[in-house]
Amino acid sequence: MTSTQTPQFAGPTSGEDGDRQQRRVGFSQKLGRWDVKLSPYLYISPFFILFLVVGLFPLLYTAFVSIHDWDLIKGQGDSVGLKNYDWVLHSETFWKSVRNTFSIFLLSSVPQIIIALVLAAILDANLRAKTFWRMGVLVPYVVAPVAVSLIFGQLFADQSGTINQILTNLGLPTIGWHADVLPSHIAIASMVNFRWTGYNTLILLAAMQAIPRDLYEAAIIDGATRVRQFFSITIPMLRPTMIFVIITSTIGGLQIFDEPRLFDQDGRGGADGQYLTVTNYIYQLGWTNRNFGRASAVAWILFLIILVIALINLMITRRIASDQSAGEKKRKKVRA
Amino acid sequence: MSAPSVAAIEQFAGKGAARSAARKRNRATSGSGSERRPRWVTYALLTLALAISFYPLYYAFLLASSTANDIARHPIPSLIPGGHLIENIKRVLESDIGFWKAVENSVIIAVVTSLSVVLFSTLAGFAFAKLRFRGRGPLLVFVIATTAVPTQLGVVPLFLIMKQLDWIGQIQAVIVPGLVTAFGVFWMTQYLESALPYELIEAARVDGASMIRTFWSIALPAARPAATMLGLFTFVTSWTNYFWPFIILGSSNPTLPVALQLLQGTFFKDMSLVMAGVVLSVIPLLMLFIVAGRQLVAGIMQGAVKG
Repeated sequence: MTSTQTPQFAGPTSGEDGDRQQRRVGFSQKLGRWDVKLSPYLYISPFFILFLVVGLFPLLYTAFVSIHDWDLIKGQGDSVGLKNYDWVLHSETFWKSVRNTFSIFLLSSVPQIIIALVLAAILDANLRAKTFWRMGVLVPYVVAPVAVSLIFGQLFADQSGTINQILTNLGLPTIGWHADVLPSHIAIASMVNFRWTGYNTLILLAAMQAIPRDLYEAAIIDGATRVRQFFSITIPMLRPTMIFVIITSTIGGLQIFDEPRLFDQDGRGGADGQYLTVTNYIYQLGWTNRNFGRASAVAWILFLIILVIALINLMITRRIASDQSAGEKKRKKVRA
Repeated sequence: MSAPSVAAIEQFAGKGAARSAARKRNRATSGSGSERRPRWVTYALLTLALAISFYPLYYAFLLASSTANDIARHPIPSLIPGGHLIENIKRVLESDIGFWKAVENSVIIAVVTSLSVVLFSTLAGFAFAKLRFRGRGPLLVFVIATTAVPTQLGVVPLFLIMKQLDWIGQIQAVIVPGLVTAFGVFWMTQYLESALPYELIEAARVDGASMIRTFWSIALPAARPAATMLGLFTFVTSWTNYFWPFIILGSSNPTLPVALQLLQGTFFKDMSLVMAGVVLSVIPLLMLFIVAGRQLVAGIMQGAVKG
């Protein structure tokens, strides 16, 4: 394939049309035709080769590893059928990690989208120094999750932590941000929110600015208030973008690893696994306990969970999309 | 052959560019008339939002400039930094985490990955956006679908592959899997579709340029704005990446985030030391942000409208 890539000798073909190709016949002509035919495949091949080797194959091979005894050092052992799955599904820690993952995910995605919506609406106003504000909300995005986690670990420290000290000063009881289940989830979710809210704000802001302004003008004429405009025009028009944001944050959010891992210095997701996530558990089984079989079983189960959620997402999206196009058709008819 | 200016391409580009230009004009006119400047409440809210985005970073700086004792005694740091920043930074540099090695690794990985992602994504984007070939549609759908595949979950077999290659603890184990991304391919396809007119490609082909020459002299220059953004995003992602480098490199040959975690120590956690490390790791990206933050903002907003 690469041998056809001899640019210097390529003939003067006209490109994709192919109708002028018959004017001259010869060696260079032939090379040129190969150039046109094969180049596209050559250009897209790096992605596909890499994806197959480091993306798809490992993911599928995880299923194979999961039905074997497989030690980190000793390597592949006997085939054990579904034994690893049986063990995982009966492991209390596994279910705890699933609970933690979903809890942290919900605590980070729901408030995040609401805050991002509000911030985007504010930024959508006719501000002075627009770029400054937009850049300002994006600053946390360039801070590594590891750094965020170390910073928030201290802010939320149980003893002599900044937030607990503020609570004490206000005469309130301190909270076990590390020790207790829900508080630790809130602390970890706040790290995710810190890093990603600004990013999602800008995505929603872009979508807001694409909403035709005449919709608002019509609403103003109809006497709609600002708030009414927001709920009756902005939110419905943002639906596709919000679904996009939700889907991407679902896929990323369910694989969360860094923040809970670095929330304390042991990295075991808390003394009682109170903030151990599924991906943390995969690491623990595979690299701490050296049991690749069980780690793979957990990975494969999480993959199936994400797949199911993605399919549900897709179905909802489809329905909303078809609703919308139906709505648009109606509108067009009315206009005509 | 000289590269056509970006402005010229955007002239040709039609729809996308025209629409955004029109929108800008619209806003400009409405700004002076119907759309009033917001009141101070808006600015107060935004200032609050910015304070929340900045405080954790400033907090890290405050702790980095104090001592372990101070931090234990005053859990709420005073807003005026102490005088121990240089001393703490020195301790980070002299600690056994291999700071400079980590910086070197992080820089190499981020630079190589960014350049490679930009090159291969533009190449594939050029093919998908402007060349005709059998299977183009389905293959592009496949690329888009892969952005939703949680490849991180294939970590066990990927580790086994690296073990086979004897790459454990070596930075190529981090570089190679990131050489090109589905997001990058999709991003460049979207951009080149609207920014690169067929006329330019045809003209190059009529002049006798081969495909690769056409790519190099026509498509690549035209892709520059989007390629810059893609490079920036890839750089940030690579610099902040933890999971895979942590697993495959370990503490012997770490990247910066992996090394940072080592500062926590096992017995006694000295937060002034840890935060000095945090500050050191954040500074390079903050500087990048000051130079190129505008482009990051524009990139997110453009990607959002298209995606």
